Amino acid sequence: MTRWDEGMTRTGPPPSGKHGPEGMPIKTIGNMDFAGQPAYGRDVTDTPPLHLAVALDGAGWHPAAWREPDASPDKLFTAAYWASLAAEAERGQLDFITIEDSLGQQSARYDGPDPRTDQVRGRLDAVLIASWIAPLTSHIGLVPTATVSHTEPFHVSKAIATLDYVSLGRAGWRAQVSRPWENSLFGRREVTAFRLEDFGTPEAQRQVAERFDEAADFAEVVRKLWDSWEDNAEIRDAATGRFIDRDKLHNIDFHGRWFSVRGPSITPRPPQGQPLVTVLAHATLAYRFAARAADVVYVTPRGAGHARAIVSEVRAEQEAAGRGDQTQHIFGDLVVFLGETAQEARARKARLDDTAGAEYTSDAHVFAGTPAQLAELLLDWQGAGLSGFRLRPGAIPGDLRHIAGELVPQLRRHGSFRTSYAETTLRERLGLPRPASRYATATSH
Amino acid sequence: MSKPRKQIILGAYVGGVNHHTVWSDPAAGSQIDFSTFRHVAQTAERGKFDFFFLAEGLIPRERLGQIFDQDIIGRPDTLPVLTAIAAVTSHLGVVGTLNATFNEPYELARQLASLDHLSGGRAGWNVVTSFDAFTGQNFRRGGFLHRDDRYIRAGEFIDITRQLWDSWPAGAVVADKASGEFLRDAAVGTFEHHGKQFDISGQFSVPPSPQGRPVVLQAGVSPQGRDFASANADAIFSPYHQLDEARAFYADINARVVGHGRAAGSVKLLPSASFVLGDTEAQARERHREISLAQVSGKTAQVLFEGVWNRDLSGYDPDGPLPDIDPDPDGPRVIKGRAVLHQDAHQTVGRWRALAAEHGYSLRETAVHVFSRTEFIGTPAQVAERIDSFVQNDGSDGFIIGSHLTPGGLDEFVDKVVPLLQERGSLRADYTGTTLRDNLGIPVPQPAAQTAGLRS
Repeated sequence: MTRWDEGMTRTGPPPSGKHGPEGMPIKTIGNMDFAGQPAYGRDVTDTPPLHLAVALDGAGWHPAAWREPDASPDKLFTAAYWASLAAEAERGQLDFITIEDSLGQQSARYDGPDPRTDQVRGRLDAVLIASWIAPLTSHIGLVPTATVSHTEPFHVSKAIATLDYVSLGRAGWRAQVSRPWENSLFGRREVTAFRLEDFGTPEAQRQVAERFDEAADFAEVVRKLWDSWEDNAEIRDAATGRFIDRDKLHNIDFHGRWFSVRGPSITPRPPQGQPLVTVLAHATLAYRFAARAADVVYVTPRGAGHARAIVSEVRAEQEAAGRGDQTQHIFGDLVVFLGETAQEARARKARLDDTAGAEYTSDAHVFAGTPAQLAELLLDWQGAGLSGFRLRPGAIPGDLRHIAGELVPQLRRHGSFRTSYAETTLRERLGLPRPASRYATATSH
Repeated sequence: MSKPRKQIILGAYVGGVNHHTVWSDPAAGSQIDFSTFRHVAQTAERGKFDFFFLAEGLIPRERLGQIFDQDIIGRPDTLPVLTAIAAVTSHLGVVGTLNATFNEPYELARQLASLDHLSGGRAGWNVVTSFDAFTGQNFRRGGFLHRDDRYIRAGEFIDITRQLWDSWPAGAVVADKASGEFLRDAAVGTFEHHGKQFDISGQFSVPPSPQGRPVVLQAGVSPQGRDFASANADAIFSPYHQLDEARAFYADINARVVGHGRAAGSVKLLPSASFVLGDTEAQARERHREISLAQVSGKTAQVLFEGVWNRDLSGYDPDGPLPDIDPDPDGPRVIKGRAVLHQDAHQTVGRWRALAAEHGYSLRETAVHVFSRTEFIGTPAQVAERIDSFVQNDGSDGFIIGSHLTPGGLDEFVDKVVPLLQERGSLRADYTGTTLRDNLGIPVPQPAAQTAGLRS
């Protein structure tokens, strides 16, 4: 599934109607779905800590968020805005932030630009926003979105490697498949844009499958280029006059249907070896891609049972991809509206819906409630096999502040969240080993 | 007679991937860690430089199928590192080389506009094209671009980026909470371009840049290149360091600039330059001699000459005479991934042979003299005087300064030469504007009102 969130969050119907897969009314999940799972008395030692990321996008994920009293819609294209959001997330000691992006303009439609003037339009390149934030922060992970269709794997690989250098090992990447109509921005391919309603047609499915095949090739090339310099390739041996040991640089010689890349990279191996690769996935084709490519998969469960089903499907794909022995995180994505009371949170969401003129729906579960209630929900869903969550603040800065300032203390009360940043790199924080270069074993001497 | 004193434009670059940077110096630091780039940029800003400059490489250089191991190799990606540099500076422009052959205009225009927003209007782009199939092996479009098509591609590329940068009119973002109007016009940014190199259309997604448009730099010496740069660039890398030829280039470019309907002086000419300082001139010369020997080892001399001879010269003693065989410019390339600078290898080799014969130079000594480019050698006062007089005499509008030593080499220039340039009234005592255009004293461009395909 490509980028459901672009197509769905603004106007589209929820993919599964008003009910979760187990028939649970979605709107009550925030309050009741975890009944019978009292958090008090939860043994701290048998609950692994949660990982928590926050997904930053414009003024927040609700299309009317920019009109909130504390919103800064005139600052969305400034560095100070993004630096302040990152600082807030870092104060909350979150694992990382993601930054949404797309090649083309935001649109409420899946098949092309829309005629709307009442929603945030225009955005800055996410990799560069992350690069700006990097030297101004010291702990938070930085995971910008970069598109894999049309773009160059060589460029993306060195861009994320460089982000890893400027952040001293805190870089990641959300690999995103382009929307079909963005072809015309590059003009190299004839592909018909299709409507979301036609998603199930054979032609649309063929196109989507091709896009994911290309995405898998892309991610593989990016990782190979990260590995193309062994860690100790730079030797600076004055005695022999050699700056590098050239035997430790490797052509990757990738030949695929979509592109061929010779390598090696021009950028030396980044501090983490391989920065974090992340993928948002909603359905089988995307799960398959994510299982092949990602260290963190973001999924969109509607309830704990649904989460369990998704986790088992992703794990099966992971096994099939031959990565069963590797740590792969599955994070649940949720859109959150938080308040001092559940009533206040719901009223705020209702007010935003009113302003927007339509009820907000999303590819992800929409939660409105207190931070304490959200903490309970996250811990419950964690039990279904999710190791973390990526929260999409409904409105910024309000919901981001609630996450960093109130949700996090709630999770700490349960012994489920860090009280300080202990690790240096993002991979370490997520318990992922630093991978050896795949080329090192072939030539180590 | 008396002209107003020109303000000297200064750029700072971090050397790399060539022999100029002496990696073997015990004081030499990392060529890739961000601390290096931060140090050089903050030093340049301390010296009130106009901008930081970063070159680009897209494939490691090779000799006879093997990657160079004697020079520095490895670079950061241009735009992310420039953005991070902008985050730790406040006035310094951030300029980088980005290749128009191996990028696509929509994506690059968006990235440059993003950098310009984030930096508050301090972005610059050095446009280069490449025609070598060797580099193309790393990219979707593959390699070869015919020489004659280079300027066509560059021209279309720049036209499109301008069209995109101008595609949002002033006031396009209303962001009025009360009325609920975020955009004035839903079709803002609509564009199309149908050309030989690019056939694209759509909607650009970044509002207008804080300085109108990012600054565009170019290099070009051929008549075609000069004409192209005069029409399109805000600044040009000048290859001329001798005052007479530099003045001729300066006059020629300015005539072409006027010919394109632009004001004389609106395109800035900037040679790159390195320096070696000493307390006395003799001390500077001795220091320079040591540095140039460190820059050009016997192996480096061989490889540099192989780039022109296009033959394997490993059998020649660096301390012996120049190779007596003729160059083979039409054979398969011995050195790949490095721009071919010499149009006529036979002529160039002939000139070098004459130089070697005149001074009795060995192969390596000849290489030191022809490749170890250090423009300013002397006391700080001498260097300041030479820089100033070169600029005031219209040899250029300034210099892009680099040191043989990364990252600490520029400190000496900023500590010793900059105050003298400031005393002479030729370099700002402090920044007066906020954008790169402000620094350079070049105007904000008028938006291309006729931009094709722009709906209103």
